[in-house]
This record gives sequence, C-alpha cells and structure tokens, in this order.
Amino acid sequence: MEELVWLIPALPLLGFVLLVLGGRRLGEPGAGYLATTMVAGSFIATVLVFVGLLGKDAEERLFEQTLFEWIPAGDFSVDVGFLADPLSITMALFITGISSLIHLYAIAYMHGDKDFSKFFVYMNLFVFSMLMLVLGDNLLITFLGWEGVGTCSYLLISFWFTDEANATAGKKAFVTNRVGDWGFMVATLLAFFTFGSINYGEMFSGADGMATSTATAITLLLLVGAAGKSAQFPLYLWLPDAMAGPTPVSALIHAATMVTGGVYLLTRVNPIIAEASSVAPDVIAWIGLFTALFAASIAVAQADIKKVLAYSTVSQLGFMFVAVGSGVYVAAIFHMVTHAFFKALLFLGAGSVIHGMDDEQDMEYYGGLRKFMPITAATMVVGWLAIAGVPPFSGFWSKDEILLGAYENNVVAWVLLLIAAILTAFYMSRLIFLTFFGERRWSDGDPEAHAAADEPVADDGARSFHPHEPSPLMWVPLVVLAGLALLGGLLNLPFTGDTKILEQWLEPSLFGNEHIATSGAAGKWTLAIMSIVAAVIGVIGAAAVYIRRRVDKSVVEQPILQDAWMVDDTVTSFMGGPGRKSFELVSWFDRTVIDGAVNGTAAVVRHGGLVLRRLQTGFVRSYAVGVGGGAVALLVYFLFRTTF
Amino acid sequence: MELTTTWYLVLGAIIFAIGASGLMIRRNPLVMFMCVELMLNAVNLTFVAFGRELDDLGGQVSVFFVLVVAAAEVVIGLAIIVAIMRHRSGATADDLSVLRG
Amino acid sequence: MFFAQVAPDSIVTPDIAWTALVPHLVLAGGAILMLMVWSLAGRWLPRWLPSMVTAAVGLGAAIGSIHLWRRVTDADRGPFSAVADSVGIDGFSVFLTVVISLTVVFAALLADGYLRRERLDGPEYHVLLLLSAAGGVTMATANDLIVLFLGLEILSLAVYVLAGYHNRRAQSQEAAIKYFVLGAFSSAFLLYGIALTYGATGSTNLVDINAYLRSTVLVDDGLLLAGFALLLVGLGFKVSAVPFHTWTPDVYQGSPTPVVAFMASGVKAAGFAALLRVFVVTFGTYADDWKPILYALAVATLLVGAILAVVQNDVKRMLAYSSISHAGFMLIGVHAASADGTASVLYYLAVYSVLVIGSFAVVGVVSGTGDGATTVGDFAGLGARRPWLAFAFTVFLLAQAGVPLTTGFFAKFYAITAAVDGRSWALAIVAMLSAVIAAYLYLRIMIAMWLEGSDDDAPIRVPVGTVVVLGVAAAFTIGFGIFPEPIVDLARDATPALVNSP
Repeated sequence: MEELVWLIPALPLLGFVLLVLGGRRLGEPGAGYLATTMVAGSFIATVLVFVGLLGKDAEERLFEQTLFEWIPAGDFSVDVGFLADPLSITMALFITGISSLIHLYAIAYMHGDKDFSKFFVYMNLFVFSMLMLVLGDNLLITFLGWEGVGTCSYLLISFWFTDEANATAGKKAFVTNRVGDWGFMVATLLAFFTFGSINYGEMFSGADGMATSTATAITLLLLVGAAGKSAQFPLYLWLPDAMAGPTPVSALIHAATMVTGGVYLLTRVNPIIAEASSVAPDVIAWIGLFTALFAASIAVAQADIKKVLAYSTVSQLGFMFVAVGSGVYVAAIFHMVTHAFFKALLFLGAGSVIHGMDDEQDMEYYGGLRKFMPITAATMVVGWLAIAGVPPFSGFWSKDEILLGAYENNVVAWVLLLIAAILTAFYMSRLIFLTFFGERRWSDGDPEAHAAADEPVADDGARSFHPHEPSPLMWVPLVVLAGLALLGGLLNLPFTGDTKILEQWLEPSLFGNEHIATSGAAGKWTLAIMSIVAAVIGVIGAAAVYIRRRVDKSVVEQPILQDAWMVDDTVTSFMGGPGRKSFELVSWFDRTVIDGAVNGTAAVVRHGGLVLRRLQTGFVRSYAVGVGGGAVALLVYFLFRTTF
Repeated sequence: MELTTTWYLVLGAIIFAIGASGLMIRRNPLVMFMCVELMLNAVNLTFVAFGRELDDLGGQVSVFFVLVVAAAEVVIGLAIIVAIMRHRSGATADDLSVLRG
Repeated sequence: MFFAQVAPDSIVTPDIAWTALVPHLVLAGGAILMLMVWSLAGRWLPRWLPSMVTAAVGLGAAIGSIHLWRRVTDADRGPFSAVADSVGIDGFSVFLTVVISLTVVFAALLADGYLRRERLDGPEYHVLLLLSAAGGVTMATANDLIVLFLGLEILSLAVYVLAGYHNRRAQSQEAAIKYFVLGAFSSAFLLYGIALTYGATGSTNLVDINAYLRSTVLVDDGLLLAGFALLLVGLGFKVSAVPFHTWTPDVYQGSPTPVVAFMASGVKAAGFAALLRVFVVTFGTYADDWKPILYALAVATLLVGAILAVVQNDVKRMLAYSSISHAGFMLIGVHAASADGTASVLYYLAVYSVLVIGSFAVVGVVSGTGDGATTVGDFAGLGARRPWLAFAFTVFLLAQAGVPLTTGFFAKFYAITAAVDGRSWALAIVAMLSAVIAAYLYLRIMIAMWLEGSDDDAPIRVPVGTVVVLGVAAAFTIGFGIFPEPIVDLARDATPALVNSP
C-alpha cells in the first residue's frame, strides 16, 4: 500500500487547485469543508502507507517512489520522488492528523471572515508544502517544501493585512527565513559536490568515511537552515511576532508543521552528523539549550496569552535541538510528536478563549474563566500538565527522555535544561492560573457581579465581556487533542525494550546513530524523579505567586509589560530591583543586539547604496568618465599581464 | 628619420585619447559628437596602418564600413539634438540631468 | 577571410547561402517593406496593423530559424559558416536568434496599447524595432569582428532613436541623448579593440583569429591584450557591466516602457552573444588572461546592481538596477568559460527576457497616460485594484528573486553551479549575497501591491496585447519553473562552434 505515498501531498495540492479555481463560489463553509476533507484524505493515505510499511520487516521499511526526472543537468540530476520510511511517515502522520483537526477548528474560527475561502487556499498549500518537505527523497525537494512553508506562513501571518503590525510580522518572518534558506542552499551545493548526488539514500551510502571537515561544514550549514525554520537563537525573532496571524495559523505553524521542519531535517541527516567532528553536535545542543532557557525566561513575563505560547514553542524546540545534539534522535522525534499534540491543544484552546473574550489576548483581563468555559478549561489543563512534565501526561515521558540524553552527554547541560523545565512549568501554570482560576478581572456589564469581585476590575468598566463555550466544531478538536496529549506517552514508555515502540519503529531511519542510554535503572529513576520535582517546583512556584499571592508578581514579571515596547521604561526599570534584572537583560539583549544586528545589516546595505548613489550624478560627462576610467583600469591590468 | 607603422599607431592612439578626453570635458553636445568622430577616425588610421603593415586589404576595407557607421551616427545624433533643442534651446549636456541617483 | 586578398581585375563575390540568412532577411526585409507600405498607403491602414505585422514578422523570423536549428543539431551536417565565413550558424547563434525574434514579438504587442495611449502610434516604432532586432541577430551570428561591429551599430542606432521616441517627454529625450553619447563613446572603444586585435592577429575573422591563436605563441601579446581590454569596454557597456553600467538606470527610467522591455531582453541577449562568442569561444586559449577581469566585473556588477536597487523609489529604476545585478549572474557564466557556463548564460537570457518583458509590461500599464506614474507608491493597492495584474507582477518578481518553482530559480541555480564547477567559491557566495539583497527590493514592490492601501481609484486599462504578453510570460515562468527540462535541453544543445564554410 506504500505506493500510495504520492497521494499524501497530492490531495492537499488538489484541494489547493480546486479552491483557487472555485473557492470563492463555494464560499462559507463549503470551502472549509473541502479543504478539511482533502487534508483528512491525506491523513487516511498516510495511515494506509503506514500500515503498508508496518507489514514489512524492519529493514525493508523503506520505499522510494520517483515520479519524474526534474532537473536534468549532466551528472547532476534531480528527481521528483518521495521517500516513505519510518521517520517521514511518522512526521506525515502527525502533520496530516493534527492539520485535519486544525482545519476543522478553523471553519468555525474563521466564521464570517471576508476572505474565508482564501484562508483555506493558503492552509492547503501550507500542508502540501510541509508534506513535500517531509516526504521528499532528496535535499532539493525538501528545500522546495521548505521555501513553500516559508512563503505560505508569510502569507498566512499577514492574512489580516490591513493591520500594520501584521504586515511587519509577515515581513520579519520572510526575511529571517531567507537567512536560514541561505544556509540550506549552500549545504545542498556542498552535499552535491561531496556525494555527487543530493538523494538521501545515495548521500547516506556515501557518508561512511567522508571527510570530517566536510561533514562538519554541511552539518553546521544545515543547522543555520534548521535554526531559521525551527526558530532557534538567534533566528527565533520571527516566531513571537508571527502571532499576528489568525490563531489556527499559529497552531498550525507552531505545533504541527513548519517549526518541526528544522528538527526533522537534522534528524534526517543523522548519518552526516555522525561523521562530523564532535563540535557540530555540541553546537546544536548548546544552541538548543540556550534557546530553551532564553525563551522560557521571556515567556515568564508576557501578558499576551499567545506570546506566552509562542515563546514556549521556541523554548520547547530548544529542548528538541538539545536532543538532536545529544544524539538521542528518538527523544527529539518523540518530543516533537507529543509537543505537536499539546501545543496544538494549547493554541486552539487559547484561540477558543480569545474567541470567547471578544478578541482580547491580554491575560490581565481574564481570570476565573473555568466556570464559563468548562470544556476549554478542562482540555487546556490537560495541555498544561502535559507541557509542564507531570506524569503520566505525554510531555513528561518525552521531556524525561531528553533530560536523560542531556545528562549522559553533559551534566552541566542537564542542570541548565532542568532549570528550563522548571521555568516551563512555571510560565504555563501562570497562564492557566491567570486565565481560568483566581478572581475575574473582567466585567460582564452587570454591576452586581462587578461589586462581588474581590478587587476592582482591571479595565475601566467601559468594556464588558461575555465568555462562552465555542461551537462544537471548535471544542471537538480540543477534546481529541486533549486525549492525545494525555495518552501520547504510550508511544515510547521507557520501562522495557518492548514498550519503546517509537524507538523500534524509527530504528531503520537512524542507521544505528541513536545514542543508547547507559545509565542503570537507579540512575534513570533518579533523573525521572528529578524532572517530576522540577515540574512540581514550577507549578507550586506559580501557585505561590498567582493563587496564594505569597510573593508579589512584580518580582517575576517585568513592569514594562504595560508599555512593553517603550525603551524609556526599560532603562528606568533596569535600574530597579535586582530580581528583575535578568529578565530585563534578556529583553534588552533581544531588542538591542539581535534586532540591532538585523537592522544593522540592512542599514549597511542602505548606507552603501546611498553613497554609491551619489556617483550616479545624472551628468552624462561623468558617466563617460566612468566608462573611460574603467577602460583605463582594464588597459592597465592587461598591460601588467603582457609577456614582454 | 623613417616613419614606421608604429608612428601611425601612436598618432592614432593620441587622437583617440584626445577624442575621448574631449568628450569627457566639453559640454556642448555638438562638440561631443565631433569628439566621437575623432575617436572613430583615430581607429580608421589604426586600421589602415595595420592593413599596410600586414599587407592585407581587410584593414582598409574596414575603414569604409566605419565611415558609413560614423555617418549614420551623426545623422541620428543630430536628429536627437534637434529634437531636444526644439523644447529647450541652448541646452548643454549638463543641463540634461533630471534622471539621476 | 572576409576581405580576401584578390587581384584588382577580378573581383570575386562570395557565395551567399541565402537559407542561412532567413532570420536576418525576414527582420530587415519586414522593416523596409513596412516603411514603404505605410509611407504609400499608411492613412488607409488600421492603427492596430503595424504591431500585428511586426509581431508576425518576429514570429516569422523565429519560425524561419527552425530549419537552421534542425540542420546544426543534425549530427551529419552540424554547424557551418556562410557569406565568406562572416556569418556563423551554430546552435548558439540560432538559439539567440530565436530569443531575439521572440522579444520583438513581445515588444510589438506591448507597444500597440502603449503607443496609442501616448498618441505616438505609427509604423516608425515598429520599423526601428525590427531593424534593431536585425542588428541583434547579426551580432548573434557574427563570425567576424567587423560584422559584429556593424550588427552592434544597426542595433544601437535604432534603439537610440527608440529611447527618445516619446518626443513630448523631456525624460525620454534625456535618455536618448545620454544613451547615444555614451553608446557612441563605448562603441569607439569596441572598434579600437577590433583594430588592435586585427593588428595582433592579422584578421578580423573569428575562425582565423582562433586558429591563429591556437597555433601561434605570440612573443609580444601587448596589442592583443590591449584589444581585449577595449573589446571588454564596448561589450561590457552593452550588457551593463559595472563600471560601464551608468547609462542603464537613466535610460531605462526615461525611455518608453515597451522600449525598455526590449532593451533589457533583446539588446542584452545580443550583447551577451557577442561577449560569449568573442571571449569564451574565440579567445578561449587566453582565458587565464581575461578571466580575472570578468571575475572583478561580475562581482562589481552583482553587488552594485543589488545595492543600488534597494535605495530606489522608482520602479523602472529599481528594475534597471536589478537588471544590472542579473547581468552579474550571466557574467558568472561567461567567467566560467565552459560549456556549462555558456549554457547557463543562454538559459538565463531566455528566461530573464521573459521575466523582464513581463515586468515592464506591468509597469507600462500602471504608469498611466504620460508614462510618469512609476514610483513604488503608484503600485500601492494594485492587488486590490487589479488582482490579476498584481498576481502576474508577483510571479515575475518572485522569479527574479530566484524563488523555486519559477524559471528564475533555475537560472540562478545554473549560474551558481557554473561558478562552483569552476571552483570560484567566492563568486558563488557573492552571487547568493546579491540575490539576498535584491530579494528585499522585490519584496518591497510586492508589499506595496498587496499590503498597502491606495486612495487612487483611477481605472487601469490593460490593452489586449499586454494581456497576451502577461499571460504567456506568466505561464512560461511557472510552467517551465516546474518542468524546466525542455528549455534546459535547448540551452545545452545550443553549443557555439567556429568552423569554416564547407
């Protein structure tokens, strides 16, 4: 049944074409259902291919399908072909599965939007590109999908383009991703000149015994590409800003598809990383580690519910990079899958809250919502416990695997990652407490309820909110995802070899490059308990601040939240309490150094342009001087080369 | 003192340089055209000198082609100048500098 | 030898292989016939006829090249020279003949609506267009430096006039005089280069020069190298290589838009044809001497074009600078001095011609009556006003940025591959850098079109001819972006050759 692999990307492509041609005529909700059907069909095709592969012996679970020769260039020929192996099918399964749910959700979420059908055009194209990225059997097809998801995310982020911020965010995503693309492009060329092919199979069979320096270079260049797509430091910039798009897009980009591309790519090329000098995986691990900590610390202080989730995604991707760098690829993929479950859940839940709260995203206006949106609250609590790493929820198992891998690689890395895990539990608990628990900080326009509140409401009373549970079309995907977030850990339970289903399944794609844990049972139990303790510390800490109010929240949150983008406040508060300092430093660094570097490069080009521009005086005689001067320079050069 | 081919070549180069520098210095469009003519004729001299040196008719025949081209160039150039002078009489090359940057 | 030594009393005229000259004759003959018919009966003929006739003549020249292509790619017959070895018919020259002929078709279709809008219609534009194309084809097929010079002058003189064709617009006139002065200046350098090469090798025929340089080691190569320098000035000017590019932005901005479309495609193709044939093919044995210069020219062209494009506000000027940076990519292929490098230039020329014509087609209709509205602001809100027009422009801009699934991607890809094949790593990196810088510029136009609003709701009229051009160009760009094989194969088969007449 694995011959059906071409159907997996073909169905979303078909949906895209149909919607382009007749989307407007179909209108709402027809266009949405068509798009959802196509993605769901793609999911079914993936399941069929999966079953087909499952029916074979482990070592035969690899199926390559060539559609046609695409680029003929002498000895450099590239085929349009697909590779169905355990790794790509795992990716395709959760991409199509979660995308189907998000499509369904979006039908209700985008209700009434004037560009309803256009939205689904982009969504289908996005899923198609992502599937090309994952299923391509060579670097160029992957790159094509890579570019496709970049372009689509750019289009989707700036979907509501009447808003200036949305347009800017879209631009930022485009530019940052170009940097990553550059790394990918150079790596592709280098790979071709090394192996004479960019087909994965042919590359990997030639990888054994290749020059260490080349392998290192390819790995690092691909890392640049992966960091761009998976929002690693310092190319993470676009992701928090990308919150400007509609929430289903955030869920699609941050959970299921685009950001996982980088981790997938690095896992895919594991035979090359294995040949690279040990510096390369170390760089991957440390970049991931730094990103995990850095982003988690920012997430602690955000007021916007989507911003918290965005920085959380950056941080979780950092965890996956640590896993790849430590050689525990299975843990990386495992965490990617569980993260896809719970992060899609959290985003869609957040969307449901935003929907119910009249498009308000500031958590200052939330509070006590569990009574008004019980289903959303219950499902998001599941997501929270999963990401916080509380057993038996899925996130605990996958995070524990990564921590184990990090511990065996480098104890310092493990300690730092554990701190990031504490921060994760803290900020997610904060989000849940601020949103669903505590007193309400909003007004429904009813003066009695207003008076009953313990504290005065945060707003000026002019706005009134009527939180409500969304339509079934929106909460059904939430419930399904909550189930997955709860049970996802079953994929790879660490108890015996038999329960490590994912590890056995992925084995053929990893060519024995997976790091096998050496710690004994006692060590593993200790580590697991440590990570449970970390989760509990984070949750209790957040409870202390946001429910019991033992500690004032200003100790952990920067005061610049109110005027997040006012530099004056940053400087003033920088002089404030020492407890704030670290967070402020991070935020200052983000604004000054990172944004500065991006803007600086642009400024250098611009400045150079303005200087050069002065040479273009408009006087024809000065142009003639240019031509004449060029002629003299050429003559002088050639005269130095004469033989006499 | 015998005048070898080199003398003619050097003379051609000098005339060419005079023409080229004249075009860069002068502002009157007509004088600029004349400078171009000077450059083309310097090349003609070079062609003839080489043709003689190589004992090859090709060099001299080339001159005819160049002359025709030079004549055509003048026609076009003058036409363009006339068209411009109709709108702004007395314009120098430097006055035409709206397009820049 | 073209000018063979003959006794004065018996002048032998060369055999003329008329079949080899079909494209030249169709283009030039069409021009002359058209001029005659319209001067006799012009007032009774409909206004749309000149552009249709021109397009038909261009198409005829392209179709007339098919039998030549069959002949030169046939293993038994192969390439040949005609008219006393002064015209070389090989895959290379036939390929470029077709490219130039097709740019004429596009430029004629674009001109129809434009000229009528600007009240400039009449046969003159089309006659000049056909003549300059005839010159371009002569350049592409020239096997003799003097013929090359003649072709270049025929091409240029017509284009000088076309640049100033919008005679009520001061900018158009300024463009004409600038282009003319600098063009004449640079062709004097080219001619001087021809003279020096003639002096050094004893011939102006490329076949003979090549044979001479292969068989003889020059004791004193000073003359020849000075000739290289001056030839490079003249040809570098035509292809807008930095530092000989200064005319490009001013002339592109000032000239009538359909003319710019032709300049950036047909004229550029002819310039690169000459550059490749003279340097890569004829002076191939001296590649070590001229390669460093082309390296420097390519780097300067790539960077200056991209950097200066970014700071512009006028779309025509932006596209002019971006065309300079595209010329840099083609110079990479010339620098490679290899079969793959030549093929990459041919492929680039073919696809870029379509892109740039499409782009200027959009600019031509957006600029409105008077051809003045060409700032980025004038494109604001185009996506809402004319979505299909904006879509087509987006396709062309994305392709120019080198986004995959468009022809532009493969063009850049093959150029960079040629650099890497020649171990010119730094050049490849500069090329990518230039592409990244230039991406910003295309993005800026796209943002203006799709994301910015505009209160201008003056209707934009898109004439039928322009619709056809846009449709064909967009379909070409996407279609061959997905299935590049046919064009790539053609470019690979279009190998240059230097052979004598049979």
